[in-house]
Amino acid sequence: MQTHQYDVVIVGAGGAGMRAALEAGQRARTAVITKLYPTRSHTGAAQGGMCAALANVEEDNWEWHTFDTVKGGDFLVDQDAAEIMAKEAIDAVLDLEKMGLPFNRTPEGTIDQRRFGGHTRNHGEAAVRRACYSADRTGHMILQTLYQQCLKNDVEFFSEFYVLDILTNDVEGERRTAGVVAYDLASGEIHIFRAKSVVFATGGAGKVYKTTSNAHTLTGDGMAIAYRRGIPLEDMEFFQFHPTGLAGLGILLSEAARGEGAILRNSEGERFMERYAPTLKDLAPRDVVARAMANEVREGRGAGPNKDYVLLDLTHLEPAHIDAKLPDITEFARTYLGIEPYTEPVPVYPTAHYAMGGIPTNVETEVLADNERVLPGMFAAGEVACVSVHGANRLGTNSLLDINVFGRRAGIAAAAFAAKAPWVDLPESPEADTVEMLETLRDRQDGERIADLRRALQETMDANAQVFRSEATLKQALSDIHALRERYSRASVQDKGKRFNTDLLEGLELGFLLDLAEVIVVGALERKESRGGHFREDYQNRDDVNYMRHTMAYRTSNEDGSTGVRLDYKPVVVTRYQPMERKF
Amino acid sequence: MTLTTEAPGATPAEAPSAIPSFQVTMRLRRFNPESDTEPRWENHTLTMHGTDRVLDALHKIKWEIDGSLTFRRSCAHGICGSDAMRINGRNRLACKTLLKDLPLKKPITVEPIKGLAVQKDLVVDMEPFYAAYKSIMPFLITTGNDPSRERRQSPADRERFDDTTKCILCAACTTSCPVYWSDGQYFGPQAIVGAHRFIFDSRDEGAEQRLEILNDREGVWRCRTTFNCTDACPRGIEVTKAIQEVKQALLFRRV
Ligand SMILES: Cc1cc2nc3c(=O)[nH]c(=O)nc-3n(C[C@H](O)[C@H](O)[C@H](O)COP(=O)(O)OP(=O)(O)OC[C@H]3O[C@@H](n4cnc5c(N)ncnc54)[C@H](O)[C@@H]3O)c2cc1C
Ligand code: SF4
Ligand code: FES
Repeated sequence: MQTHQYDVVIVGAGGAGMRAALEAGQRARTAVITKLYPTRSHTGAAQGGMCAALANVEEDNWEWHTFDTVKGGDFLVDQDAAEIMAKEAIDAVLDLEKMGLPFNRTPEGTIDQRRFGGHTRNHGEAAVRRACYSADRTGHMILQTLYQQCLKNDVEFFSEFYVLDILTNDVEGERRTAGVVAYDLASGEIHIFRAKSVVFATGGAGKVYKTTSNAHTLTGDGMAIAYRRGIPLEDMEFFQFHPTGLAGLGILLSEAARGEGAILRNSEGERFMERYAPTLKDLAPRDVVARAMANEVREGRGAGPNKDYVLLDLTHLEPAHIDAKLPDITEFARTYLGIEPYTEPVPVYPTAHYAMGGIPTNVETEVLADNERVLPGMFAAGEVACVSVHGANRLGTNSLLDINVFGRRAGIAAAAFAAKAPWVDLPESPEADTVEMLETLRDRQDGERIADLRRALQETMDANAQVFRSEATLKQALSDIHALRERYSRASVQDKGKRFNTDLLEGLELGFLLDLAEVIVVGALERKESRGGHFREDYQNRDDVNYMRHTMAYRTSNEDGSTGVRLDYKPVVVTRYQPMERKF
Repeated sequence: MTLTTEAPGATPAEAPSAIPSFQVTMRLRRFNPESDTEPRWENHTLTMHGTDRVLDALHKIKWEIDGSLTFRRSCAHGICGSDAMRINGRNRLACKTLLKDLPLKKPITVEPIKGLAVQKDLVVDMEPFYAAYKSIMPFLITTGNDPSRERRQSPADRERFDDTTKCILCAACTTSCPVYWSDGQYFGPQAIVGAHRFIFDSRDEGAEQRLEILNDREGVWRCRTTFNCTDACPRGIEVTKAIQEVKQALLFRRV
């Protein structure tokens, strides 16, 4: 076992983690621990854009952006946080440009902007061009640019190190952060990182579902680790299903396609979004479009031999325009489905895309221990966190924005905290729980395979907790999860070695997914209303009287060693905008 | 394909595929440093389906037959650069190589990329590769004060270096280069691609420094224009052309 000591430890090297590292690294001794090499992080998969009211191509301002974010999030957004994000968006984009990000340009040489779902002028009048972009590779450019800046600034990375636990200790009756426990994939060795400040930036949890745009490695580690150590998870029942995943595969085709003019059609060739959202049509927020698509399929207007998808039609766009603005996603259609988007419509269906919920933080990115207190020294930013700027449904382009704005804030706040906070002693045997978790799984012989259990979990989540939910389906999912949890306690891995044991790590990741799936489903069962990404067939309307509040889920341990979920609630921060009916 | 709620728990329907299921034999180069003294070959015959990729076959083996098979992967759609491998003797991304596009009569061979030390099965040591990238100063270098708004750049100037911005650092090019195999000091094609991306960016002022580094004995002049790198690049980057442009920039500045 090795022990290291840093003022600030950042966990995760996606957009949020590296943006934080650039700030913290200038101010304090900083290490970044990441289970993937930084450039493998899923921020690189983001396609469409990052919104900011630069007003480079038409009139725009941050207040309209704030309004769209709040309305798009179905009024579950904390409005103070949304306002900060929309205001700081402008500098966030300009900062990236100054770091070298190759944005697409207007004829005048300024950053070009395009339309994106839910972003409007003057409170919903019409779609506005607000998304700054670099073809359909915006996330790739952000990830590369931030990594390049980290190289320039000699940021210290521990790559292919998996963080598996948070360390805390009591100081005069108050619980404080002491560091993290990490596992070095190459050697199988445990490393203790002692730190004054810890920033979690571990990304999303899309692998809870089967059909997803998320990477294999997005297993919600950070959320589950925090949850297991008594930190609540906020609004986990809100998961975004992106309308246009490649049918059957889930690989994303960015909303930028519709922003550039592509149209969704059913088997009759009808532009069905005209019926569901007369003003914004195909560019209505994602929850609205995803449900409309699922509904078309349900009512028998799906396309294809099994009538189980709809069509994304780009055939009326100029091939040269497609090549200039959407090169990657059209290549996905060609490579993976053998479809030529110039001439054929592309089969699409909603795909699990984004966790709106996560580790609760305040606008300074400090992690909340409960509704009143923070956990001193613990910070979170990016998809792992819930500030909450996305509420019940994230607007497209607002996550790349979130990771830059709140990643930066986290880096500054973590360094500032470390500058004045005293060191907290490590708890006794800081590695003990992690070692036991690893060795129990490694040593168990002849159990069921991890992959079988994971597939079963993902299938029940897709079938029962996806775009449409009801009490019956959610109860089914919950009982499946409990049964799988029990089987998991007897599962085994085949690789018993030390070096590069990815079999073992996949086993631990499944444990994280099971915990998170339970939180998602319990939250969804208790939320007897429909709001944003959470749609209940048995409660189809939004219910502001009873449910305009954040869910806070805590883990409970029972005497027999089993665990459960306890739900509490937190008020939504409302500043400017009173809830209104969402019409698009 | 995902079902909605009419039939909870039912098996999701398959996406339609023109190509039915087929048999394929995967011939894998395996090496476990904890138990093997030498790498060995191992065959698995699998039933696979129309849109399956080499990565799906590897997952099928790992998830259903032998959990110890080790490889890197993350995004599964050609964006993160984790899974460059030597497939039938050519460097490719496993997640972007459809099985049906390979000759299925013969076994499909899968080996680690060459020129970097094998750590386990298909996993190689990436540190020298990343170090070469870092050595060419792959970041925007400017002098003077930052402007208050964005730096201006015309669409034509932006287009000038577009091709090399697409690089995902997968190492397929570098580890397909015979010069790189035989000479551990050569930067390799990717580092030159990384330098090109900045040398031809109208906003950058660090071209001289980078060209100086690339003018080194182990720099661009080692390239023998074999085009292996261009063939290998899963992002369709014209790697050899980029290297030629860097060579020309060096000559031009030096004459
Ligand atoms: C296909 C796709 C397209 C998208 N397009 C857009 C878009 O156009 N606009 C937009 O705004 N948003 C988009 N999004 C959403 C956005 O890309 C993500 O929400 C965002 O990039 C998440 O960034 P992050 O830094 O929080 O996490 P990630 O980039 O996922 O990084 C997570 C990091 O955490 C590390 N990590 C995880 N677990 C551990 C552990 N246990 N120990 C150590 N390290 C760990 C990983 O190594 C990784 O470095 C898209 C998402 C997808 C999937
Ligand atoms: S140039 Fe192409 S082959 Fe080489 S590392 Fe970049 S993406 Fe991979
Ligand atoms: S897994 Fe990401 S490129 Fe293949």
